Amino acid sequence: MDALEAKYAAAKRYSETAMGLVFLLCGVLAVAFVLLISAYLILSGLPAIREVGLLDFLFGPVWAPTHKTEPQFGILPFILTSVYGTAGAVAVGVPVGFLTAMFLSKLAPRRLAAVVRTAVDLLSGIPSVVYGLVGMTVLVPAVRRVFRLPSGATLLAAILVLSVMILPSIISVSETALNAVPREYEEASLALGATETETWFRVSAPAASSGIAAAVVLGIGRAIGEAMAIMMVAGNVANMPGLFKSVRFLTTAIASEMSYAGVGSLQRSALYSIALVLFLFIMLINVILNLWFKNKREG
Amino acid sequence: MDILSTRGLDLWYGDNQALKHIDMDIPERQVTALIGPSGCGKSTFLKTLNRMNDLVPAVRVEGLVTYRERDIYAPGTDVTWLRRQVGMVFQKPNPFPMSIYDNIAYGPRIHGVRSKARLDDIVERSLKGAAIWDEVKDRLKKSALSLSGGQQQRLCIARALAVEPDVLLMDEATSALDPISTSKIEDLITELKEHYTIIIVTHNMQQATRISDTCAFFLLGELIEFGQTTQMFSMPRDKRTEDYITGRFG
Ligand SMILES: Nc1ncnc2c1ncn2[C@@H]1O[C@H](COP(=O)(O)OP(=O)(O)O)[C@@H](O)[C@H]1O
Ligand SMILES: [Mg+2]
Repeated sequence: MDALEAKYAAAKRYSETAMGLVFLLCGVLAVAFVLLISAYLILSGLPAIREVGLLDFLFGPVWAPTHKTEPQFGILPFILTSVYGTAGAVAVGVPVGFLTAMFLSKLAPRRLAAVVRTAVDLLSGIPSVVYGLVGMTVLVPAVRRVFRLPSGATLLAAILVLSVMILPSIISVSETALNAVPREYEEASLALGATETETWFRVSAPAASSGIAAAVVLGIGRAIGEAMAIMMVAGNVANMPGLFKSVRFLTTAIASEMSYAGVGSLQRSALYSIALVLFLFIMLINVILNLWFKNKREG
Repeated sequence: MDILSTRGLDLWYGDNQALKHIDMDIPERQVTALIGPSGCGKSTFLKTLNRMNDLVPAVRVEGLVTYRERDIYAPGTDVTWLRRQVGMVFQKPNPFPMSIYDNIAYGPRIHGVRSKARLDDIVERSLKGAAIWDEVKDRLKKSALSLSGGQQQRLCIARALAVEPDVLLMDEATSALDPISTSKIEDLITELKEHYTIIIVTHNMQQATRISDTCAFFLLGELIEFGQTTQMFSMPRDKRTEDYITGRFG
């Protein structure tokens, strides 16, 4: 090895080490952010919970933070609205998204599939405020007319908007999972005299189930965290949820009051507590689904 | 009695003709072996018999293929019915990523069997039929993917038997297996021919002589020679057959 080569090798080693450090730093940074955010939420969310009382806070049915004589800080309406809204969006969005993915993966002619895929990609790029706007001007009046309600700004409208918003990720993740199913499984099924539809639903879908479950998780994550679009179509009233009632979600509760809640007031710190609850919710969902995945893989 | 027959069977993949005017009569309850060098059309021929070729885009079939005197390419033929009669075992073992039980019960369930007792019975009979019952009877609920390659292949045979086929097609079903598993499956094939018509593709001349009654030699999409295995291996009529079975090419 001559000198030049040795020098070159040393420089390469040096840059390898440097890059290694950069990667490490980025990894550490990500962890640091998570820890920072968690710590911040816990520290700023706890005081109000302590003052109101955990049970009264979580299970109190009335949210009236600015009442002159008897302010109340119950967030049960928000929790239930978020749970129902997310469940509703998943109940509508997952079947539709799954069937679309099945269509794209197994049935659609290539050209048509390309068109649908492009549309789905565009759908995922639309900002949530635009969903809100369209929901407000098209969907809300439609809901009012169809169900003859005084106002169409309801949980139902929010569920419909959310289901459309979670569609793109459900479609693309499920499609990837379905495409990854080995062709041999499908051939084995067809060779046993199954029809194509039977094969897709009884072999391909189960074989892709973990990917499809991942799609559901993504959908839940997106739906429970969404604020802007649903604030515009759900009426934003702190009611106990009902399909045809105006409602307020955990996210929209924070977003709609933060701007006027007085600094240092109990109202403001209660909003932090709501953020903490939302955060814990998302963590909980992730943990449950992770456990379920693990069980499934081992079982 | 011939169970499957072809007359003037031509098959094209796009512009590439893979089968050229094949006339063949496959006898019932015997083992028929298809031999010939790679790419000569053995798998293609096999898949015309249960119409798995339909899955290949741009495939074109001409000529006549009959199963028990029925033209299986006639318009209106129920392909699922055909594939139920003419089952298939693939080269690479391909059990579903499900339990052993569910693998076997898959076919019967598709065809409408719901009763647990009947399914239990079918599963047991099929696994016994494929000589794998004793090895798996204590872990029917375990994933089929936990089995060894040889066991997986016998499971696939059991899965094919579970829909009570008439014919079994096996495309190099032992080529991915070790010698012990291979000999188990060869024994199994010899037993199965009492009840089933079996057509195998093999690259192994010894295997063809050991287990087949009738043999077909393919070359470049043509059927060169077809007849009794013992006769073909002792006194081949065609020079090219002789060259192939004595290992002079292929
Ligand atoms: N799915 C396919 N599409 C196009 N050509 C194919 C396909 N399958 C096989 N062929 C062609 O048909 C010929 C016969 O192939 P095959 O039946 O697989 O031969 P063998 O099983 O005897 O090795 C080969 O030339 C092969 O390239
Ligand atoms: Mg082949």
